[in-house]
Amino acid sequence: MSHSPLDRRQFLKLAGVGGAVFVSGLPGFANAQNAQDFYFVQMSDSHWGFEGAPNPDAKLTLKKAIASVNALSPAPEFIIFTGDLTHTTDDPAERRKRMGEFKEIVSELKVKNIHFIPGEHDASLDRGKAFTEFFGPTNYTFDYKGVHFIAMDNVSDPTASFGEEQRNWLAADLAKQSKDARIVFFTHRPLFDLQPSWDWATRDGAQVIDMLMPYQNVTVFYGHIHQEHHHMTGHIPHHAAKSLIFPLPAPGSQPKRTPLAWNPAAPYSGLGFREIQTKAGGKDFDLTEFPVVKQG
Amino acid sequence: MAKIDAPRRRALRLLGGAGAVGALGLAGYTAAALAQPEEQHIKMTVKRFEYSQKEIHVKKGIPVVVEIVSLDVPHGFSVPDFHVRAEVVMPGKPTFIRFTPDKTGEFLYLCDVFCGTGHEALEGSLFVT
Repeated sequence: MSHSPLDRRQFLKLAGVGGAVFVSGLPGFANAQNAQDFYFVQMSDSHWGFEGAPNPDAKLTLKKAIASVNALSPAPEFIIFTGDLTHTTDDPAERRKRMGEFKEIVSELKVKNIHFIPGEHDASLDRGKAFTEFFGPTNYTFDYKGVHFIAMDNVSDPTASFGEEQRNWLAADLAKQSKDARIVFFTHRPLFDLQPSWDWATRDGAQVIDMLMPYQNVTVFYGHIHQEHHHMTGHIPHHAAKSLIFPLPAPGSQPKRTPLAWNPAAPYSGLGFREIQTKAGGKDFDLTEFPVVKQG
Repeated sequence: MAKIDAPRRRALRLLGGAGAVGALGLAGYTAAALAQPEEQHIKMTVKRFEYSQKEIHVKKGIPVVVEIVSLDVPHGFSVPDFHVRAEVVMPGKPTFIRFTPDKTGEFLYLCDVFCGTGHEALEGSLFVT
């Protein structure tokens, strides 16, 4: 099947989410005929190992999402998991068991170019030790078709900080980039103070935003808050992804950040993943939200 | 419910009558207390996944000192509405958080150092009147 916007619109129709398209920046899909264009998929907050009423189908939800990603045509060029791959546990052996199971499940993805960053559930209780054993470094960069990707870790330090060493690492990397470079920044927690009373913030996030601010084409993708959310700090857009386990309420919409109840009439509602499509010659990305499973 | 350290508040009030100080054996409070405004001292502990006080009651405009110690693992103590937080609350070592509430109402305090599966529920209410 050719890579055309129509294919993906067809998928949206099949998925019953034709209206659930968020276009970041100028409207319209990217020019798919441009050889330099590509799209990748963001998956987040699968919390493998979670058990509870907010998701009675917890053992199958991630697998169903993977089947949906595998059905995308054409396939994404890579996949990024933005943290909380596993649900936290005090037991180091159980943590590794969950990570091993998660890794085995995502090995079913047809796309083999997969990047991972940790969430606090993966990394905060052992400062990222188990995560690193299974998935490699918690901060790294890579370049793909003209885009510079930066992944940073604001969870291995349980105080929700990047820390000075990582900020210095970022400064050294940014110093090598031109001010108009297309930069994508991946992290788990929001860089800005989205809802500090729900612990939806990063202590030194403002410092990192200040470091990114001189660069004209930066876009941030993150997880943690279990819902789609879009925010601008100056010219920098920040896009939060849906979860693959249970949705959380809108920031500050209720006293406590308790999971939204599972709806038997509409299972998996509020859950999903997203496509992120480059724009031909543009500075931003087109985002398309997908449910865990096709409806109807 | 946490209360201001009662003996200390009584002592501070009594200091208004200098002659009573020595008789009550409160000499330790004298010079420092006379030089300091009244202070609301909250002493509490935290463990997974609860604060020893789920509510703190204080008065607006009077400095507050929260003295907190962890009974198990590192925790946090943050009051976002007053932009105050402990860097980290360590086991066995008291941490002091000082601020002066400048508005009344009910405010949340919470743990902002990830401490495990019940972390998201580790919080309490600060009442300022």
